[in-house]
Amino acid sequence: MNFRGTKSLAYVGVMVAVVLAVAACGSSGSSSSSTGSSGGSSASSTSSSSGNGGGTAPGVTATSITFGTHQPLTGPAAPGYSEIAPASQAFFDYVNAHGGVFGRQIHLIIKDDSYNPTTTVNVVHQLVLQSNVFGIFEGLGTPTHTKVVAYLNAERVPDIFVASGCPCWDNGSSQPYTFGWQPNYTIEGKILGQYLKQHFAGKKIGVLYQDDDFGQGGLAGIKDEVSAGSIVSAQPYQPGVTTLAPEITAIKAAKADVLVDFTVPIYTAIGQLTSFTLGYKPQLVVSNVGIDPITVGGLLKTISKGKASGTALIEGAITDGYLPSTADTANPWIQLFKKIHDQYDKSAPFDGNVEYGMANAYTLVQALQAAGKDLTRQGLINAINQKGASWTGPGLVPFRYSTSDHGGFNGARIGMVKGGQIVLSGPPLTSTPAAGSPITPYSGTQPSPPASGIPAG
Amino acid sequence: MFGRVRAVLRAGTLLRSVVLVVVAGLVLLFLTDSLSAYRDLQLADGAYYFCVLAGLTVLAGASGQISLGHGAFMAVGAYTAAKLSAAGWALTPELAAAAVVTLIVGIPVGVAASRLRGPYLAGATLAFAVGLPALADKFPSAFGGENGLAINPPTPPPSLGPTFPLERWQAWIACIGALVVVFVLYNVVHSGVGRSMRAVRDDEIAASLSGLRVGRWQTLAFVLSATAAGLGGGLLAVVSGTVAPGAFPLQLSLTLLAGVVIGGLGSLVGAVWGAALLVLLPNWTTDVANSFSLSSNVSHNLPIAVYGLVLIVAMLAWPSGIQGGVRAIARAGWAGSAKLRPERRQA
Repeated sequence: MNFRGTKSLAYVGVMVAVVLAVAACGSSGSSSSSTGSSGGSSASSTSSSSGNGGGTAPGVTATSITFGTHQPLTGPAAPGYSEIAPASQAFFDYVNAHGGVFGRQIHLIIKDDSYNPTTTVNVVHQLVLQSNVFGIFEGLGTPTHTKVVAYLNAERVPDIFVASGCPCWDNGSSQPYTFGWQPNYTIEGKILGQYLKQHFAGKKIGVLYQDDDFGQGGLAGIKDEVSAGSIVSAQPYQPGVTTLAPEITAIKAAKADVLVDFTVPIYTAIGQLTSFTLGYKPQLVVSNVGIDPITVGGLLKTISKGKASGTALIEGAITDGYLPSTADTANPWIQLFKKIHDQYDKSAPFDGNVEYGMANAYTLVQALQAAGKDLTRQGLINAINQKGASWTGPGLVPFRYSTSDHGGFNGARIGMVKGGQIVLSGPPLTSTPAAGSPITPYSGTQPSPPASGIPAG
Repeated sequence: MFGRVRAVLRAGTLLRSVVLVVVAGLVLLFLTDSLSAYRDLQLADGAYYFCVLAGLTVLAGASGQISLGHGAFMAVGAYTAAKLSAAGWALTPELAAAAVVTLIVGIPVGVAASRLRGPYLAGATLAFAVGLPALADKFPSAFGGENGLAINPPTPPPSLGPTFPLERWQAWIACIGALVVVFVLYNVVHSGVGRSMRAVRDDEIAASLSGLRVGRWQTLAFVLSATAAGLGGGLLAVVSGTVAPGAFPLQLSLTLLAGVVIGGLGSLVGAVWGAALLVLLPNWTTDVANSFSLSSNVSHNLPIAVYGLVLIVAMLAWPSGIQGGVRAIARAGWAGSAKLRPERRQA
């Protein structure tokens, strides 16, 4: 600790100044100087909504519109999920190659948050304040995205189509700028629970769930449908753990005939390898987010160091789907997405994550078309509130969007892993997250995509 | 006249530290006013990292101990601040409590640490870093499990005007915290306490023959440094508006230690360098990695690899850290005036 005397004092002052000057002109100043952003974004958002009505908003020019997103490109949630945003990007590339939306090219700035909430907060601040994005699109994860919702709504930044089924995005009254997209986990749990009630009556059920709003929401949905006594063991796990042996052992000891997983792909894989090692073979039921066969198959192989190849350990698993199965090559939506994938996103496997990213991007383009040429942040929000419920596309069920309800798809179809692929069966089922609300079949049919592959206004 | 000022300053550590804090405070005030909102937030991030690094650098540099567990102390401070904020506490008592609670937690850890040496000390503190954040998962009703807790952002006082940006206010809060840490640590290190710590560090047997209780001084250094980390964690909670176990992975503790070593072990200025590095380097490596068009598997992980590479290169080029390098350059430049100064004690 060696700074004595006045010279070193002056020295410290200079040091501080130099460091901060470096900070001030540091890493990526491309956009920071152009807009006089030091005035604070709250000021800029009010001026943009009151000012010239020609569609000026942060992140929008006559020829471009920029969104930002936070994704787990590294870390525990990265396997599988890291493919989502690049697939959305690929869909935008396709739209851009065909002239964009109202002549605007769509850009997506993808930031890695490693599934760490503090990093999420940092990168979202950076996207909003420094990169000056129009909105956040497809921010991924429940524990991560919950930490930026308040900020984005306070700053009136559109927070569009969060990549998580947490019920926490659905409240349009308290969070007018945030919208969900995939089915709420409680609705998903109810649909799976009803299937269990109908097909596995009297069987003992064990639940393995991620200990956050994802797993807890799913568990609530299951409990809403099956009889109270039939769940013999419900075991939470924390994302980041490296073993599920205690949880699986407890479920096995409770003699559950059915194992329901509300897990992200890596824990589906670890759970199945553990069950296999313990000689435990229940009927497996997995939430849509944790079963993509290509992702889970790859993880099974990696984790078991090649001993478990293929998808034998998840064969026969029951799940649900709100998009057509990627294995359904006769479906025109799958054909469209495969075509775009082969052209713009070849390095990723064509799996459920890629389909997710493209379908979500498709919905964003629908929203941008509906918001019209004079694009403002409020205009985009209004368009989703007013028209979102009528949009059709790759989804098998309608959206719930309204001014008060910002939940996405309102249901799903039951599916099963057969031959390493998800095969959907039965009618699409829809419901609401409210406890005790009925599950009703949806009779609408899925339209074919527009010839250009780009949604019209 | 100038000489007399210099003489007065040289005489009193307390006065010197006050001048240091005031000068640094004015520089920071000027900076926060001129920076953009995002840069203000980065400054706030840097300030709370600085609190932790300053504590760690005193521990490692003055007392000769090592800790891989400071991420866990940050978690203690952050969760304390979050819980008290939810209970309606005001900002200042909330942050003070974050420091005090961490101090209390630091005592048993510090006592244990004072009995361990080298790799055993590293291992014990490492276990602390791994184990403690998991407690939040163990008691989800109190700590919110993996979802963590959200904190309402601090509101700038109305006297600053209606348009005062939140980001600048957050930067002010964090910088004031950092200045408090500078004030305390500067005075400790330049007092009899600091001398005793250095005596223990240099030779434990000689120190105990001189009547110093080795374990007690080491515990004190550890607790002091944990307290600084707790304040840093509290500031992190206030600035980011969130605490969750995912924010305090083992990596954080390792990164903090790397920041201290790269910045320059044992020097408060080195902690400034380290904090700047922790804030800027991840951004910079991401930009560098994205400027190549690589397959996603490579480009997603490249920032981490570049980060590691920079650390290795920095260590090879400046084994005594950035501050060591700067000091060597300065010494060469000021060689002519060296005779004016008494011999510098090695830190």
